[in-house]
Amino acid sequence: MSDVLPALGQAVVLVAALALSTPLLGGHLARTYTSERHLRPERLTYRLLRVDPDADQTWRTYALSVLGFSLVGLLLLFGLGRLQQHLPLSLGFDALPADGAWNTAVSFVANTNWQWYSGEAAAGHLLQAAGLTVQNFVSAAVGMSVAAAFARGLARSRAGGRVGSFWTDLVRSLVRVLVPIAVVGATALAVGGVVQSWHGPRDVTTLTGGSQPVLGGPVASQEAIKELGTNGGGFFNANSAHPFENPTPVTNLLEIFLILLIPFAMAWAFGLIVKDKRQGGAVLAVMALLLGVSTALLTWAEMAAPGTAPTLAGGAMEGKEVRFGEAGSALFGAATTGTSTGAVNAMHDSFTAPGGGLTMFNMMLGEIAPGGVGSGLYGMLVLAVVAVFLAGLMVGRTPEYLGKKISQREIVLVALYVLTTPVLVLAGTALALSVPAGLAGLQESGPHGLSEALYAVTSASNNNGSAFGGLTSGTPFWNTLLGTCMLLGRFVPIVLVLALAGRFAGAQRLPAGAGTLPTHRPLFVVLLSGVAVVVVGLTYVPVLVLGPIVESLS
Amino acid sequence: MKTLFSLYRQSLAGLRAMLVATLVLGLAYPLVVQGAAAVAAPWASQGSMVTADGERTTDPDEAVGSVLIGQVVDDPDLFQPRPSAAGDGYGYDTLASAGSNLGPESPDLVALVQERRAEVATREGVTVSQVPVDAVTASGSGLDPHVSVAYAELQAPRVARAQGLDVADVEALVRAHTDGRTLGVLGEPRVNVLELNAAVLRAADDD
Repeated sequence: MSDVLPALGQAVVLVAALALSTPLLGGHLARTYTSERHLRPERLTYRLLRVDPDADQTWRTYALSVLGFSLVGLLLLFGLGRLQQHLPLSLGFDALPADGAWNTAVSFVANTNWQWYSGEAAAGHLLQAAGLTVQNFVSAAVGMSVAAAFARGLARSRAGGRVGSFWTDLVRSLVRVLVPIAVVGATALAVGGVVQSWHGPRDVTTLTGGSQPVLGGPVASQEAIKELGTNGGGFFNANSAHPFENPTPVTNLLEIFLILLIPFAMAWAFGLIVKDKRQGGAVLAVMALLLGVSTALLTWAEMAAPGTAPTLAGGAMEGKEVRFGEAGSALFGAATTGTSTGAVNAMHDSFTAPGGGLTMFNMMLGEIAPGGVGSGLYGMLVLAVVAVFLAGLMVGRTPEYLGKKISQREIVLVALYVLTTPVLVLAGTALALSVPAGLAGLQESGPHGLSEALYAVTSASNNNGSAFGGLTSGTPFWNTLLGTCMLLGRFVPIVLVLALAGRFAGAQRLPAGAGTLPTHRPLFVVLLSGVAVVVVGLTYVPVLVLGPIVESLS
Repeated sequence: MKTLFSLYRQSLAGLRAMLVATLVLGLAYPLVVQGAAAVAAPWASQGSMVTADGERTTDPDEAVGSVLIGQVVDDPDLFQPRPSAAGDGYGYDTLASAGSNLGPESPDLVALVQERRAEVATREGVTVSQVPVDAVTASGSGLDPHVSVAYAELQAPRVARAQGLDVADVEALVRAHTDGRTLGVLGEPRVNVLELNAAVLRAADDD
């Protein structure tokens, strides 16, 4: 259905919008995380929280704050899910089962938003608003805070491992960035047709005399932060393919814009925080390059529509909406898997084999192009350290990044970070494919069945949350496996990144010497992009060959 | 031990933070958005419902459906929507929005596409190669309110015959209910099935 020129045109509109927003919001983000002033609502919040906003925490205390805050959030959400039937506005839905409540609590606290349940058939309005919407906000703010702490660690010199205050970063991320943009975005979405009410299902008599419930709910308010915070958990089962979540091509582009808005701006802010704009520019360039290539390939795959069923049907429209077509679905698919969002406006399980493989590859990159809010930036900076380390090995000099020497301790932390998700993905997939309880969830057999399992574990471990929906994941085995992957995939990297931030914050920032590899030039952009692709390639090619690649060739 | 105590202290601050967040973000924020939406989009935020006369309404008792949500067309003399995987039977169950999630090599999907191509071709009296792609594939939501312009035009002669209208008049209605690409680049040209069918019934009544 899609034509090439409009497909290019929508990309141009998106790029133009991001080119405007990135420096503006980037500057605002940098001020947010470096300003000494507290706003009035923030002071009030600090008093309620009984925390000192000017306390400069060591990386350990910062990490414990992150973990403590997330632990409480997890327990509260678990409680809300288990007690749903006693809550107001429950729409008559029962409590979530224990394994399901655990999975959902981890999922939303870890900014993953994997959903084993179907929103319109399991979650009442109070659970959606007071439970899930809240975690949409705060889990995003946690990611942004950790990225800010990491940037400050690099910017500081001999600061004794102190990286700032988590509570201040958290509150400011919410008050100054997420809430204002979400209110504007949600209102714009409602104008575009997204539902915002407290109604339950209300029956109408259809044109031909049938009966159909029209649903209501606080959808627009959740939709805006779902995209803005790269969360991705849909109010309805069909997520952003549902016309009440994403009614028109304009809301579609707005949602894609909201997904990419903060991740790109964080890279710009990073340059400002380390007082060298060019460093932020180089990181931004790598993100844009990788996202651009993956968008182009995915759009090509869906429009070319290879495969038995698409060839017979005359296009790859299974699982896609007419109003978006192949191009609007592919652009959304690239944005949602290039970040840690996981919202979908088309069913990825029904994408063409190369298209489905590309969305998996995007997630396997570690979601750094441009990645989740905050997590994309720190993931990319960890790879930047790998890149300077490799370059240092090639010329035999001590590697350094932004004037910080990379010694054995740093590289151990980096190596652990890089290994965490692949271990979870490969071990998790292997486990799922070797026990009957795992295999029972697969809808299809052969390579596509393997892809369903691989996609699920990849999505969970990388905190994406999108799915090859054919997988029946609401079983104790899958809920437990994916819950564990989401938890470890979120918090192990966060602790490692904060430890690295602490090391950098304690070290002296050396002036660049003659032997320093410049990390703002095109050469470094190419090197960093190469490192990102090669590290993933070496890790995942064998399993990708068994899944999407063999399916493409068959 | 020191670490555990510190984690406990941070968790207490975390508990206070979560309570504040639940009040502000979980209750106040949706209410603020609700207020803004009620002012800026009083009709759309309530579900974009219309009456059989094509008038906007927020009262489900007057409505024949939402223009955003596809519905089962239980009348062979009207325009038919896309196949749907939402719920059983003909789909379009708003309590079970879903795609089929069948992969491109799925034997089930291949069989379904073959079956639908034959069915649509017979119904419209054309060859299978003339059947457009959206007529034989289920949407992502299972609630797609649109069909492609090609699929609407394919159905126009049958609907005109059945309703006793001129084919040219029905084709004019299809054009009148076609939305083009926004700004010339966003989305795909499409026809809203509910609005088109309501207009066809009104035209047939007038005759």
